[in-house]
Amino acid sequence: MSGWVLKGLKTGIRTTLYPKVEEPAPGVSPGRPEGGGIAGNKKPAAVACPVAAITVHNKRVSVDYDKCIHCARCLPPAGAIFDKPAAGYEWAYKVPRDGVAAGGAGVAKTCSHSLHIKVVDGGACNACLSEVSQLTKPCYDMHRLGFFITPTPRDADLLLVVGPVTEHMKLPLKKAFEAMPEPKAVMAVGTCALSGGIFGPGFAAGGGVREFLPVDIAVPGCPPPPLAIIHGLLMAVGRKESVPSSTSPGPGSGREAK
Amino acid sequence: MKKTTCKSSSMKELPEDLPPGCRGPVTVTAVAGRFSCCMEASAADIPPICNWLTTRQGYRFASIVIEEMPAEWLAHYIFYSDNGQGPVSISARVDKADNALPSISHLIHAADWHEREMEDLFGLVFEGHPRLGEFVLHEEWPEGTNPMKKDFDATVPYIDQGPSSSCSWHPPALVSESGAFMMPIGPVFSGFAESAHFLLETVGEDIIRMIPRFFYKYRGVEKTAEGLPADRALLLAERFSGTSAFAHSLAFCHAVEEIWGTRAPRRAVALRVMLAELERFRHHVAAIEGICSSTGLVVAASQVGILEEDILRLSCKFAGHRYLFGLNVPGGLQRDFSDSECLELAGAVKEIFVKLQDLEKRLRFSSSFLDRLEEVGTVSTEDAVDYGLVGPVARASGVSGDLRTCLPYGDYGSFEFSVPVEKEGDGYARLRILFQEAEQSNNIISQAVSSLPGGGVLQPLSPGARPAGAALGWAETPLGATFHWVRLEEDGRVARYRLTTPSFTNWHGFHLSVEGFAFQDFPIILATFGLSNAECDR
Ligand code: SF4
Ligand code: SF4
Repeated sequence: MSGWVLKGLKTGIRTTLYPKVEEPAPGVSPGRPEGGGIAGNKKPAAVACPVAAITVHNKRVSVDYDKCIHCARCLPPAGAIFDKPAAGYEWAYKVPRDGVAAGGAGVAKTCSHSLHIKVVDGGACNACLSEVSQLTKPCYDMHRLGFFITPTPRDADLLLVVGPVTEHMKLPLKKAFEAMPEPKAVMAVGTCALSGGIFGPGFAAGGGVREFLPVDIAVPGCPPPPLAIIHGLLMAVGRKESVPSSTSPGPGSGREAK
Repeated sequence: MKKTTCKSSSMKELPEDLPPGCRGPVTVTAVAGRFSCCMEASAADIPPICNWLTTRQGYRFASIVIEEMPAEWLAHYIFYSDNGQGPVSISARVDKADNALPSISHLIHAADWHEREMEDLFGLVFEGHPRLGEFVLHEEWPEGTNPMKKDFDATVPYIDQGPSSSCSWHPPALVSESGAFMMPIGPVFSGFAESAHFLLETVGEDIIRMIPRFFYKYRGVEKTAEGLPADRALLLAERFSGTSAFAHSLAFCHAVEEIWGTRAPRRAVALRVMLAELERFRHHVAAIEGICSSTGLVVAASQVGILEEDILRLSCKFAGHRYLFGLNVPGGLQRDFSDSECLELAGAVKEIFVKLQDLEKRLRFSSSFLDRLEEVGTVSTEDAVDYGLVGPVARASGVSGDLRTCLPYGDYGSFEFSVPVEKEGDGYARLRILFQEAEQSNNIISQAVSSLPGGGVLQPLSPGARPAGAALGWAETPLGATFHWVRLEEDGRVARYRLTTPSFTNWHGFHLSVEGFAFQDFPIILATFGLSNAECDR
């Protein structure tokens, strides 16, 4: 057994320093297409996004991240709408509810330094779940930030849902939410959880968590990399702010770059 | 119907020399795609022919595909073997008015869940099957809902039709001793486990019987794919089981390429092998991490977890996606990689593998760890054969059946690698298989990058003629054999998509590994099986 302890010590610290500093390691995020002006002669007709996440308005392209499934068909060499994916991973945003982006305010206030998270799989493809599970592993170690996974919803402050919410998971999801004490917040992680993604809405897969529960924080991506999920958690506890509303991606609105 | 001879010598005489119990006639139909033999028989002859194939000819059950025709059901029974001859298909037609096929489950136990699924989704009866009824669709779906039927409207969210307010699943208890009770686990788990429900029947320490209930994650992928253009259905194939995305999209592309008569360029074929092995490598490292943490060996789990993240970052840096989405397309790959990038990748994989080997050595001397795995969760070779288990789980129980060698695809034939097989069938054997397969993946990757053919990676599809047709595509995913049966219309839209996945196959036999073992072993056995519900439920 002592061998393991030594091995652990010898490995040193591998944990990211985010959010203190940006994580520079390549491969922590696939990036994503980011909208902007249409370059030169690229015709809007070339917009062949399979999930209709790209819209063109007034010669400007915008991407609806609630829908984008990271298929890369708008990126070279397959497509030529964008030159390359925009780097970064701070993708989470607060879901405006009744016009105000202030959902989960109670949780942000009371849980700013210790947040207990209940994860519910609403029919995710496993890649999203795999990214969530990286959070507790050494490279991301979310415990250092005061974030903990709890086995029961009765101890949970935040419900983290992945997947489009299938017919069969509707009830367990609702029960988990109802069992949580106030104040509570809901975070939808992954394109499926935001819009049903590639699966829904259909007869068996829902159109995202919003159909059933009030969602406070949305983390787009297919799947969102672990740092994007951490960004969402920090936002849930008020330690990160939502992007300024002028560029804020609301449901269906898309996000435009300068 | 054109009469042809089978490529397989052992089956040449079939039409004249009928299998025992078969009344005939059996017609050998035109061989389609990579099948070695396609037959058509009457429904009544299906059981004897299937039995003859598995018991006399050494074939293994692969899948049942049901197609709905205007007036009849068309059923295809698909088998494969390692005789190097390609799969075999037997088709039968039944009138919709009859609506029944004879069950083959009593002869081929591996077909059990397939028949239950078909009964549930098509409303088709399998006569003689003892356990038809609720399977995929749980109690909240009204009796007689058959979503796979053509007239079912799959676009309407079923959800609008009223949620049920109670969970009323109470299967009968079989253990009647005093103190017997049923312990439910799931469908929501304490950590990150996928949604699934297990009832463990016990009188104390040991699990006497396990009743699983799956399909909590049923998203109706097969149905949703219908009517979609092939390149859109590809996105479903890639995403329904995200941790094996590359292998599943590959199997789907194989089927579509077969139908359209196109071939991926040699460079794409080699790169696909490399990427598929990268995925297997990552998957197995993640599975090893799962086993370490299920036994509470925290430092080891952390160490393997670091390697897992290293591979994820490597994949992302190399291919632009941490889970290798967006690469496969019918006709090849969406993008090319330079030779030097590939060499760099192979070098990085090797480095990670060396670290993994060091951890393996340490694990072999961690006796408290081995105690939790050895002689725990044992599946015998006989059971593995009966249930038609596939992948690392089967290989740990002495059953090889790796599609990379049984039904070689890509250019696996030109690489030197071995398919590790162990005998014990316990948790430790499954762990050893994972380590050995990770080693083989590393070998294959370095061979692939050392001899990459030149040329392009995408065979442009001819714009006009896209023939309609059906084909079977397959691949050895990290968890085992997958079969994607696809029928395309002339306009390139999917008419039927049948997905047979290793998790579906192996969950069927999972109960064997937990019955007779202690409660506290359950999470460990679960981890050594390492199956995916997203992949099973579809
Ligand atoms: S990457 Fe996103 S925006 Fe681009 S084509 Fe795919 S789904 Fe559409
Ligand atoms: S968002 Fe993408 S990665 Fe996440 S569950 Fe859906 S398909 Fe899978």
